[in-house]
Amino acid sequence: MADQTTFILNGSQVKLSPIAGERLSESLRERLGMRDVKIGCNAGDCGACSVLLDGKVVCACLTPTQQADNRQVETLAGLVATDTHAQTLAERFQDHGAAQCGICTPGMMVAAVALLRNVDAPSEVQVQDALSGVLCRCTGYRKIIDAVRGVDANTLKDGGAVGDAIRRVDGLAKVCGTERFGDDVAPLGTLEIRVIRSPFARAGFTFGGFDKFLAEHDGIKAILTADDVLGLNCFGVIPDFADQPVFAEELAKFRGEAVAAVVGEPTAIRDFISRDFPVSWHELPNVVTVLDALADNAPLLHENRAGNIMCGGFVACGNPKAALADADVTVEGSFKSGFVEHAYIEPEAGYAEIVKGRLEIHACTQAPVMDLDALEIILGIDRKNIRIIPTGVGGGFGAKLDISVQPYLALAAIKTGQPVRITYSRTESMQSTTKRHPSEIKIKIGATKDGRIKGFDFHGDFNTGAYASWGPTVANRVPVHASGPYQISDYRAASCAIHTNCPPSGAFRGFGVPQSAIAQESMFDELADKLGIDPLEFRILNALENNTPTVCGQVFEQGVGIKKCLEALRPAWALERKKAAEFNNTTTGTLRRGVGIAAGWYGCGNTSLPNPSTIKAGIKADGTVVLHQGAMDIGQGANTVIAQIFASALGISVAQLTLLGADTDITPDAGKTSASRQTYVSGNAARLSGEAMRADILKQINASENAEINIGAGVIDIADNGTTHRIDLSKGAIDAQGYVLTSQETYDPPTKPLDKNGQGIPYAQFGYTAHLVVVEVDTALGTVKPLQFVAAHDVGKAINPMLVEGQVHGGIAQGLGMALMEEYIPGRTENLHDYLIPTIGDIPPIDVIIIEEADAQGPYGAKGLGEHVLIPTAPAILNAIKRACGVRITSVPVTPSRLHAAIKAKTDGR
Amino acid sequence: MTYLEPKTLDHALEMLGQSRVSLIAGGTDFFPSMGEGAVTGDLLDLTRIAELQGITETKQGWRIGAAVTWSNLINTKLPPAFDGLKQAACEVGSVQIQNAATVVGNLCNASPAADGVPPLLALDAEIEIASSTSSRQIKLSDFITGVRQIDLNTNELVTAIHIPAIEKGTTSAFIKLGSRRYLVISIAMVAVVLSCEKGRITRARVAVGACSAIATRLFALEKALEGAQIDTLKNDALVTDQHLAELNPLSDIRGSAEYRVEAVKELCHRTLLQAAPKGTDHG
Repeated sequence: MADQTTFILNGSQVKLSPIAGERLSESLRERLGMRDVKIGCNAGDCGACSVLLDGKVVCACLTPTQQADNRQVETLAGLVATDTHAQTLAERFQDHGAAQCGICTPGMMVAAVALLRNVDAPSEVQVQDALSGVLCRCTGYRKIIDAVRGVDANTLKDGGAVGDAIRRVDGLAKVCGTERFGDDVAPLGTLEIRVIRSPFARAGFTFGGFDKFLAEHDGIKAILTADDVLGLNCFGVIPDFADQPVFAEELAKFRGEAVAAVVGEPTAIRDFISRDFPVSWHELPNVVTVLDALADNAPLLHENRAGNIMCGGFVACGNPKAALADADVTVEGSFKSGFVEHAYIEPEAGYAEIVKGRLEIHACTQAPVMDLDALEIILGIDRKNIRIIPTGVGGGFGAKLDISVQPYLALAAIKTGQPVRITYSRTESMQSTTKRHPSEIKIKIGATKDGRIKGFDFHGDFNTGAYASWGPTVANRVPVHASGPYQISDYRAASCAIHTNCPPSGAFRGFGVPQSAIAQESMFDELADKLGIDPLEFRILNALENNTPTVCGQVFEQGVGIKKCLEALRPAWALERKKAAEFNNTTTGTLRRGVGIAAGWYGCGNTSLPNPSTIKAGIKADGTVVLHQGAMDIGQGANTVIAQIFASALGISVAQLTLLGADTDITPDAGKTSASRQTYVSGNAARLSGEAMRADILKQINASENAEINIGAGVIDIADNGTTHRIDLSKGAIDAQGYVLTSQETYDPPTKPLDKNGQGIPYAQFGYTAHLVVVEVDTALGTVKPLQFVAAHDVGKAINPMLVEGQVHGGIAQGLGMALMEEYIPGRTENLHDYLIPTIGDIPPIDVIIIEEADAQGPYGAKGLGEHVLIPTAPAILNAIKRACGVRITSVPVTPSRLHAAIKAKTDGR
Repeated sequence: MTYLEPKTLDHALEMLGQSRVSLIAGGTDFFPSMGEGAVTGDLLDLTRIAELQGITETKQGWRIGAAVTWSNLINTKLPPAFDGLKQAACEVGSVQIQNAATVVGNLCNASPAADGVPPLLALDAEIEIASSTSSRQIKLSDFITGVRQIDLNTNELVTAIHIPAIEKGTTSAFIKLGSRRYLVISIAMVAVVLSCEKGRITRARVAVGACSAIATRLFALEKALEGAQIDTLKNDALVTDQHLAELNPLSDIRGSAEYRVEAVKELCHRTLLQAAPKGTDHG
């Protein structure tokens, strides 16, 4: 046949007959089963699909399959099997933790192989140039650069006790391309789902002619609408606020809201054009800003929420009004931020099938049990008949806490009785999933002449979008955290979450705290300057300490590490400011350098609500130790951290563990991966579970606490006081799951409700951080180039220092993006070339200082970390910009255009 | 819906005359703009046509074949007059894009922010166009007629770019301004080609992209520079508002119109300085 394309794929000849307009990525994945080629954008913006075509790196999503004819195509899986560069990279990527979630890893490694084939010892810039076409949202790129350059890593090859920087336990699959993400599970030829979405921010709609539509579209098997929702057409992560329909009924409330879906054969869905779906739209007036939504005649998003106000949060102590009146100096300001998109490289995707009468859903998620909770209600069936088997998660950062593809998969599988799959397009992912809340903040802070904070007043309005999602959490968290980690005795902070016809704002790394920190930390710099006090010393002077109350009246007797974080910055603060001053004094051009600092804190776990985690383990008769690990690893490293904690508690090495899960059939609920709670909460459950198992073993022979446990084939040897006892596992009774010994323990952080003034115990522990950044501002162009970060983080105990560094790097990259380039505008930046996230050339070197102020509640003293990182990043950058060029920026992102305008306004104003 | 892969230009032009076809080379613009549903009409692949390959020096100057990728260009040894074009090549998307995308494709896409247009405008590039019955050659400035609009009939194909002969002592530079380091659509960009003799500028060509519907030459600035001492390029007030009168930028998410004009003023100065011949011998 003339249309046949033949090429050499990873060394073997393949023949296929692609249609005109078929992308090589599609052919590789769906004709040839090469699921190691990842699709993140289908537009050449993310590079995840990179392959080598005759040795040259190209985006497979932009390559017509026919162009591969008579050529060599190499993908990560093939390269790792045979190419020595790829094999070396696979080792180094694991040593450096250069693969976190792993979705960009195939693209990164393929691009790196192309580089290393031509350049033996590439420079940093050569690596950046060569890998610039691949976006990563997790790592902050520095570890990737180090891995490609072959910089020495300090990672341990074995061990794995708490504190050991071991490789990720799940890293090998990520560097080999065998990790299966949401779109990698479905067998070839599975029925596909396409969701029909509102093109308008607010619109009425009517359907018509489904029969005719189905008759005219061969291969379309079913249509789904609200009528097909078997249970309640309503979901929401916070039960009291559940308000979002699976399919809108009569009225769509944001651009991208689902109204229907079609299910069909792959070719039918491929050829289907969404606008051919029989729906007629009636666009209606809408409100997209807080100001518009609060107007008197504004259309109501929800009848039961008057004035479009969903909820608020409030914390107050002392007498802030009087304190501000008495203060020697005060500063005030207004701050704004826009929508921020999570922009994980893996769009939402999944697969579902009915297995023995039960629904099984394989999809990317941060919260498998919450998915189960939601589906039970939506489907109206007993939860026993639903199984959630999370796939690999190609980045989450908060947005994969909410359900996305799951109800469509479930309803389609039930309606057709066949296996189904769905993958969101990049645009669909950006339009329909949650965002970081836009904020409008007013703040006033006072101080005494000697530099003590005196009076603090804060009000933040948050655009919560069309549906509640995690908006109530943001509203609650912000007033608790808006003080920053400081001693403030006269404080008032109020927040308000306001509905608009925008995508739902939800959880995004920090739950509103990054926004409030921009206002508070910027104002702290202004206050310090007004007082004539060094801004670092000003923060140290006011820093929270043990035995001093927070603004919620909570007093920690131990574990408050903010002062140590700030003090750790002193050397860099002195040195970098000296260097910047020298640069500014000796440079006559338009470049100006500045050094900025900012601090942050973040409460780990749910705010004054239970959020237990349970970890289970078992030992089989053959000596296999199985850890049922349900704490979702979304790239941050929970699989490794939980394993290290459990292994340490039990007294064995991580290498001896077999991990199972997450899977709602076999792993107990370890809660959601959010609120920086997994290391702390699930970590404690793992510690308790390990300790219980150890106690159980030692009890059998009455061994002492310090006995050494060695688990071998079918036996446990216990060395105690010079004698070794042996437990023969084959003699033990075996339970239904095949275990001779089991342990299952639960941990729930001790908190207390907040009263009407927000007084109480919101969190059992906080983590603390302080960042320093050096920036270079080009005053003629308004561009900002961060040159160096120094990031001090009090993590209580670094369970795995390599993973700590990975979190810090990645959080800084996201904070930098929020500060300088990221703004989601519905209808305008719905792709990864108009919505910009940092590239490999945008992140400077990062010096991580790990502070270990042990926390009595944390496992081995550990505290949460994930969200803390990006809280101080943006304000540190804004403070550095001020010190570089004298301009106080109050709105992010600080695009070159905006900074230039601000510089000009200042210059003209003189 | 057939994927056509002619090996010769004649064959391609014959196919072009016969049915409604879409042209595809690197695919880097084709796929992102493809939209939902099946391709309508046939696709004509230009990458295997012998006559469209390679960069060659001709009697009249240089010829860049329509199938030449940005990477091909970067890896071809060319005189300093092409440095600016090569610098632009390195800013086109990423290595992945440069390995697939063609220089000609960038022109045919006719985005106001196309990285290839300003440096080629500054080189006075001409476009070679063929159909099965005729051929013609027009200036690049006439070829791009508007946003995403080009002077090309449905039975025609761009076969090459021609660069007129380069005077001795010609240097060049290109600067792109974006909100991040890589993979970025330009806020503004400037390309300069500078010919100098005995310390003086004999001819200056300056083109600006992303600041008007079509990238444009700054003839007033070029005229002002003609005959000037090379050292005058160091003058901070070299570029004036009058020189930028031809620009008509939009305000969009990437930057305000006012910002673009002010940034271009600075970028023109910097690009001129970067293009200026180095060392004491300004010959």
